[in-house]
Amino acid sequence: MPVLNIVEAVNMALREEMQRDKRVVILGEDVGVNGGVFRATVGLQEEFGNKRVIDTPILENGIVGCAIGMAVYGLRPVVEIQFMGFIYYILNHIISHAARLRTRSRGRYTVPLVIRAPYGAGIRAPEHHSESTEAIFAHIPGIKVVVSSTPRDTKGLLISAIRDPDPTIFLEPKRIYRALKGDVPDEEYTIPLGKARIVREGKDLSIICWGAMVMVAEAVANEAINDGLDIEIIDLRTLSPLDKDAVISSVEKTGRALVIHEAPKTGGLGAEIVALINEKALLYLKAPVLRVTGQDVAVPLSQAEDYYIPSVARVLNALRDIMAF
Amino acid sequence: MLKILDENGNVNPVLEPELRGDELIQMYKFMVFSRVADEKAFSLQREGRMGTYAQLKGQEAAQVGSSYALREMDWIFPSYRDLGAMIVRGLPLEYIYLYWMGNEEGSRIPEDVNVFPLSVPVGSQIPIGVGFSNAIKLDEGNAVTVVYFGDGATSEGDFHEGMNWAGVFKTPTVFFCENNQWAISVPRNKQTASKTISQKASAYGFKGIQVDGNDLLAVYSATKEAVEKAQKGEGPTLVEAYTYRMSDHTTADDSGRYRNESEIKKWVEQDPIKRFKLYLELKGLLDNSLDDKIRKETGQMVDNAVKKAEACPAPKPEDIFKYTYAEMPDHLQEQLDELEDSIG
Ligand SMILES: Cc1ncc(C[n+]2csc(CCOP(=O)(O)OP(=O)(O)O)c2C)c(N)n1
Ligand SMILES: [Mg+2]
Repeated sequence: MPVLNIVEAVNMALREEMQRDKRVVILGEDVGVNGGVFRATVGLQEEFGNKRVIDTPILENGIVGCAIGMAVYGLRPVVEIQFMGFIYYILNHIISHAARLRTRSRGRYTVPLVIRAPYGAGIRAPEHHSESTEAIFAHIPGIKVVVSSTPRDTKGLLISAIRDPDPTIFLEPKRIYRALKGDVPDEEYTIPLGKARIVREGKDLSIICWGAMVMVAEAVANEAINDGLDIEIIDLRTLSPLDKDAVISSVEKTGRALVIHEAPKTGGLGAEIVALINEKALLYLKAPVLRVTGQDVAVPLSQAEDYYIPSVARVLNALRDIMAF
Repeated sequence: MLKILDENGNVNPVLEPELRGDELIQMYKFMVFSRVADEKAFSLQREGRMGTYAQLKGQEAAQVGSSYALREMDWIFPSYRDLGAMIVRGLPLEYIYLYWMGNEEGSRIPEDVNVFPLSVPVGSQIPIGVGFSNAIKLDEGNAVTVVYFGDGATSEGDFHEGMNWAGVFKTPTVFFCENNQWAISVPRNKQTASKTISQKASAYGFKGIQVDGNDLLAVYSATKEAVEKAQKGEGPTLVEAYTYRMSDHTTADDSGRYRNESEIKKWVEQDPIKRFKLYLELKGLLDNSLDDKIRKETGQMVDNAVKKAEACPAPKPEDIFKYTYAEMPDHLQEQLDELEDSIG
């Protein structure tokens, strides 16, 4: 089984889906000749030609508007937005069209569209290159939001997103784009959207997280062993729709929960998860559910970005507060 | 295409702008300074002393010629590649270095420097600059605003909306496009089906002019004329400086994947600094000893800026919170306390 990083897993998923389904087309800035600024589409234009792997001008709003038209026609566009910091240009098309064409046309017109974007801080990138604003998208009814955290998941989830009949925002954690390597099966497989993964089973406390924060959670769980604690980690994988059952059954078992996300705290998905636990599992709780998140500020430039991202130390503090409650 | 200096530094005497010798030398110094500062930034990045950096090499005449044509009161709205323009407008180099070293203090633009923070989201500075110049007009001020952007930016809606606004409201705006032939890996002819970028202005009801962007005098003259026109209330102009990005897109890019060496070579022969130097020599304003002196002084100034930037203290936790609002709300204070607690 090949050992790949996340970028390579993206590439493999795209290649296999393009081979399997000629309706799949790739659109984006520098995705063709250059193979993507992160190399995620490398070799695809050579293999599938410039009609299916399209180097667009710089016009995010236009790319997504045109991709919606293509999707309605019957193609399966996969758009690359170079960085999540440049995704806001497309919000109107996502909210006003992609997310509601099915509703507006009473099911006649659908938008099987995938928008991929690397997200997140931690690689000392320039300004606007470290954003983690998934909550904006999870707030929009009618689109799905997926965040992968391992090479294996990346391939399986991306293939599911491409095959899904509805629009999906697919976020790739660039902090671990290359750093994390793992087995990725050569053969075709999918991982269903809307299903979380239990990264690690434990009985004392559930950490709920996604994307690059899964690695932070794992580091915390290892540290917590020294405190005699047995931590369960749930990687949500899909933020919308949420795998409620996975969260609830874990909390019913452990009675304690902690959410980690890199996005700012206010209005973040952590609040959604806390509310869910409150609605469905309140009486199982032995302590309040806490959140460790990015700060409520613009992501700082590189010298201060460690103050922004949830650190192992911050998560451990919260974890000890919960345990001491 | 407006051209005043040919490749050998010969000037078209009819078009030669009226500039004193000391002004010409000053412009030359700014170009050399931009080049040396740019090369220094590149090596700092390679040594791990700076983050990703976008080089301007090859665009010195476009940046210096345009910004030097401005008056003290005028404003610029730069993009990430506009170190040269920002320097001419008085932003100390150590600020620019600090920014690319990942320290927000680099964005603390001194009060008397009329430079907007450089813009990374492509083209987004355009409507903001237009609005700023519209405000100047409403306020019956005299200043003019220059927005800088690349060829790639002309595809964004922000460019078209800014151009449209400026045309409708006749704002005192100069749209300065550095057409460096590439937008990362996408060549100019794949960016737009328009034959030139300058011709786009006519769709919005004002004048566009294409100038040889490696000809300092042509850039200077075209910008100066556009500024004078704007200041008289005659509205905006689009200036397309036809130039070339001699370096990779940024230090994170490898342009060998999408363009060939022979193209770069051809443009290196068009080096804007070399051309202007020949002109100054022909005019008897510059000789080797003065040039050596300028380069030596420039090197020292650049080294000084590196020293200052590297001496700037690292940010403290509070620095990421305290500029979010005029007054720090409770929830940010709480987050700061929690962070400080975790650091111990
Ligand atoms: C809105 C947006 N989309 C994408 C990017 C990534 N990006 C940075 S520079 C660039 C190319 C810009 O080309 P051009 O406008 O010609 O300016 P140049 O870099 O050549 O100076 C791209 C696509 C960005 N910064 N902002
Ligand atoms: Mg360009």
